Amino acid sequence: MPAKTDIGPPYFKDFLPKVILDNYGKWDYHEIVKPGVLMHVGESGDKLWSVRVGGARLICTDRVREYCDIADEFCDGHFRFTSRHNVEFLVADEAKLEPLIKVLTDKGYPIGGTGNGITSIVHTQGWVHCHTPATDASGPVKAVMDELIDYFTGVKTLPAQLRIALACCLNMCGAVHCSDIAILGIHRKPPKPDVNKLPKVCEVPSTISSCPTYAIKPKKLEDGTKSIEINDERCMYCGNCYTMCPAMPLADPEADGIAIWVGGKVSNARSGPKFSKLAIPFLPNNPPRWPEVVDAIKNIVELYAADARKYERVGDWIERIGWETFFDKTGIPFTDMHIDDFDGGAPPPHIAFRTTAQFRF
Amino acid sequence: MAEESKTPLLDELEKGPWPSFVTDIKMAAKRKPETMDLLNQLELSYEEKIGHWKHGGIVGVMGYGGGVIGRYSDRPDLFPGVKDFHTLRVNMPTGWFYTTKALRTICDIWDKRGSGMTNFHGSTGDIILLGTDTDQLQPLFDDLSEAGFDLGGSGSDLRTPSACCGPARCEWACFDNLQMCYDMTMEYQMELHRPMWPYKFKFKFSGCPNDCVAAVARADMSFIGTWRDDIQVNDDEIAAYAEGGLDIQADVADNCPTKCISYDASSKKIKIDNSNCVRCMHCINVMPKALKPGKERGCTLMAGAKAPILMGARLSSVIVPFVPKEKLEPPYEWFKDFIDRLWEWWDENGKFRERFGELLDRVGMRVFLKAMDMEPIPQMIEAPRTNPFVFWWPEDVETSGKEAK
Repeated sequence: MPAKTDIGPPYFKDFLPKVILDNYGKWDYHEIVKPGVLMHVGESGDKLWSVRVGGARLICTDRVREYCDIADEFCDGHFRFTSRHNVEFLVADEAKLEPLIKVLTDKGYPIGGTGNGITSIVHTQGWVHCHTPATDASGPVKAVMDELIDYFTGVKTLPAQLRIALACCLNMCGAVHCSDIAILGIHRKPPKPDVNKLPKVCEVPSTISSCPTYAIKPKKLEDGTKSIEINDERCMYCGNCYTMCPAMPLADPEADGIAIWVGGKVSNARSGPKFSKLAIPFLPNNPPRWPEVVDAIKNIVELYAADARKYERVGDWIERIGWETFFDKTGIPFTDMHIDDFDGGAPPPHIAFRTTAQFRF
Repeated sequence: MAEESKTPLLDELEKGPWPSFVTDIKMAAKRKPETMDLLNQLELSYEEKIGHWKHGGIVGVMGYGGGVIGRYSDRPDLFPGVKDFHTLRVNMPTGWFYTTKALRTICDIWDKRGSGMTNFHGSTGDIILLGTDTDQLQPLFDDLSEAGFDLGGSGSDLRTPSACCGPARCEWACFDNLQMCYDMTMEYQMELHRPMWPYKFKFKFSGCPNDCVAAVARADMSFIGTWRDDIQVNDDEIAAYAEGGLDIQADVADNCPTKCISYDASSKKIKIDNSNCVRCMHCINVMPKALKPGKERGCTLMAGAKAPILMGARLSSVIVPFVPKEKLEPPYEWFKDFIDRLWEWWDENGKFRERFGELLDRVGMRVFLKAMDMEPIPQMIEAPRTNPFVFWWPEDVETSGKEAK
């Protein structure tokens, strides 16, 4: 049957379990019963347990069906996903809680991601499915989480929540620009334009205007065809021209790699939302397990765990001790790459805007 | 002897305690041999340290301009199974709550029409069905539609709106952000499915200032639940936290950003100077049984966030400090009028691929406020300007008309 258009998503209330419909908007409080297990209590006295499980974001239908089997057995056929790719099994019957946890544990699913620790890494597609990546996404995420899993399961705790995100290029898909630790794929060489093919597959003026630093100039080829040339010195490798025009590829196996950013957050708790700031300008792509990236993140996390005060997010901690101390303690070399000299061609008037929901009426 | 693996590098990622995507691709490939080429091509990327997907490609379904991301392998000679391997974005149920019945239906359709690989979920929140042939796109959409699902946004359109779990599973939800997210998704189906703006536009609805969907960082229009009366305090529960060992002075009062909480250890009571509270949520987060947001609830409307492309990242900033809960319920007349006028201004003035926030920076907040007939208020800024280069409105500079000599 041909599709009906514009029907929108299914109505969410049709997917809510009875305990949620009964207590919708009438929850009283919640507790973290143990790592990965939340208990919400309604004004009615009803209780709902959510068991949070980490997973790869890239999963097959067999995996989804396995989640469904588990939810059918223990959760009356209901479960949800979180905004960070975790799975939450929703249990209204306390008698089913421990048996559910046992099944999940036996099947090897990590339970955790609540409270003052690390939860699943928000990430992009990388080499698996993107056309502009400077690195893979699922691979580095798997390698990092293998190393940091104790902070997920609650075996080790941190002063506060620590949110990690990965984006595979400067587009920074996901909240990479506002994460405690961000892993970012970066290009470091200008595009290598196919100047002869370009006029046939792209519009020359829109290719030129796609560049935020005006690094692309018009140039006539020998036969008089209008094409472009690049002023390499002005390029900061954002890849926007490649998004606009496929004749501008910029991926390079040796130049591409990963930068590490720290100190961002999105919540308003204590301090307002903050951007992530550059910590390590470049680490090589070293598949399959990216050891340099894993070690760098582990170093920052362990130092933060030891040095930060309770409830200090990474950014709060660094602001208290000072960036010079951060670089000193982590042993990360400070370079001229850390000093911002990109003005995007325009002043940033928005720096004076109130970018937090914290204000007085 | 077992057959030698063709993906020795990726096999390394099946080791270790965290769930492995490699294992999942292999599981799907057992039923769908062509999906193995996804892993084989990725192995080549791991060897060569470079991606192997070609640039874009225009594919879609009848009647829509978005929702499908075209993807082709640049080595179809080596990996015919992923020669064309397009992605469908499917609009998730608001708040990501599912029944197993609905998910099994999606799995059945996807196993019939595609690779068997998915993302739960993509960065914007959609269900991602990862990889199918060009000729399967329309039948896939037809099947999904029949099962009650629709596509999400892509390109220069309204991207799939998303919301945290809200009042369904959180006591801090200050408005029904799930209902509003759903209603706005339904209201703007035209804008969601047919790209016609300068660039993308996102709505994200967070129930409280903890902002679990990163609205302030990622949405052109960010809804952050808040309240404007006093924090609700339960003295008995405060005392219970203290008796349970919580150091209320150090953990709560000292962490208050405006130091508006004072704690008396002898009576185990707190006092809050609510007029100085900026509703950061810290004290409520630490003592959820004792403290709750006030009763006069609604949301703060913030606007303009985006990731770095092109002129650098922006956070949303305050546009309307408080919209009462009653205005965030059907029929939403106030908001519909507001967003229609905002979109019209952006559409009229925005350059190609210019996000709303970038336009705000380029022409100035004062121009936006005038166009929207809104008054400037101090909550919109951190601090007044530090430079003297003021663009006076000529009509505001009244003179006697005498020319200076």
